Amino acid sequence: MTSPVATIEHDLGGGHHTNTGLSNEKLAMWAFLGSECLLFGALISTYLLYKGRSIVGPYPHKIYDIPYTSASSFMLLMSSLTMVLAVSAIQRGDMRRTRVWLLATAGLGALFVSGQIYEFTSFYREGLTLHRNLFGSSFYVLTGFHGAHVTLGIIMLLSLWSLTMRGKLTPARAEVVEIFGLYWHFVDIVWIVIFTVVYLIP
Amino acid sequence: MATTETGTPESAHTSAVDANLEGDQGHHPSDFTYFKVFLILFAITAVEVLLYYKSIPGVNINNTALGVLAIAKFVIVVGYFMHLKFDNRILRRLFAGGLGLALLVYIAYLLTLGIFVQPPPPQP
Repeated sequence: MTSPVATIEHDLGGGHHTNTGLSNEKLAMWAFLGSECLLFGALISTYLLYKGRSIVGPYPHKIYDIPYTSASSFMLLMSSLTMVLAVSAIQRGDMRRTRVWLLATAGLGALFVSGQIYEFTSFYREGLTLHRNLFGSSFYVLTGFHGAHVTLGIIMLLSLWSLTMRGKLTPARAEVVEIFGLYWHFVDIVWIVIFTVVYLIP
Repeated sequence: MATTETGTPESAHTSAVDANLEGDQGHHPSDFTYFKVFLILFAITAVEVLLYYKSIPGVNINNTALGVLAIAKFVIVVGYFMHLKFDNRILRRLFAGGLGLALLVYIAYLLTLGIFVQPPPPQP
């Protein structure tokens, strides 16, 4: 049986019985995110290296639709807000709001991915394929990897939502949502960099 | 003296844990703070898009400004939404380690492969 003191410590998010006093899962997630910086760093660097070196079109400035991508970025930014509200709700023990915000985050993430699929399709119709030029290769690989991360995040969000519906995710396990939130926000910060480096800086 | 499973004295272990928890996890921003942070991020994004379309007359600082704004957004999301501003310093070091290593490796990589060499102009 868990002692009341242990329960309070857990509710405050501290007092883990590890050498660091931190949850190992949270530590592992931050270490994973640190390693993800290296993955996305490689992809962004490759994009920068190939930037402006394509010898056949289509070229970026001819096909980018900045207002459209800005709207997509806004969706992802907004999903970060709903995610943090989900974490806050479960830490308060408000399961109804937790479910609402988790679902809202998944919905906004799905809108972002749908927008990306539409963008890829329209670029393809304009002749930009993976093999067409250096821009096509580096652009699709970079944004595709990011899109895959968002898609994985949506699947995990729906799993969390399902667990809350079945009563298997309770406020006592709020850290699970918090740890997933870290992943989701990381996906958002990667997009912040991609949006500036790939789309806005000419 | 009682020891932990790693062999360190229990009192030392407890104080190390306390030191790690110091200033940590006690402060959770309110939902209202999160909304304010979101509005700031939204405003920065709007400025970024504006800078893309409207250059500042007489100065060519748009790319620098866009870079600075992106870094600001990055820091705000990591600090507030990912809670790193209020969280344990071990977590900060862990993430900063990965990020710092990535920056170091890829800046060296780009310099080595001639990122600053002017590429040939594209064919019309």
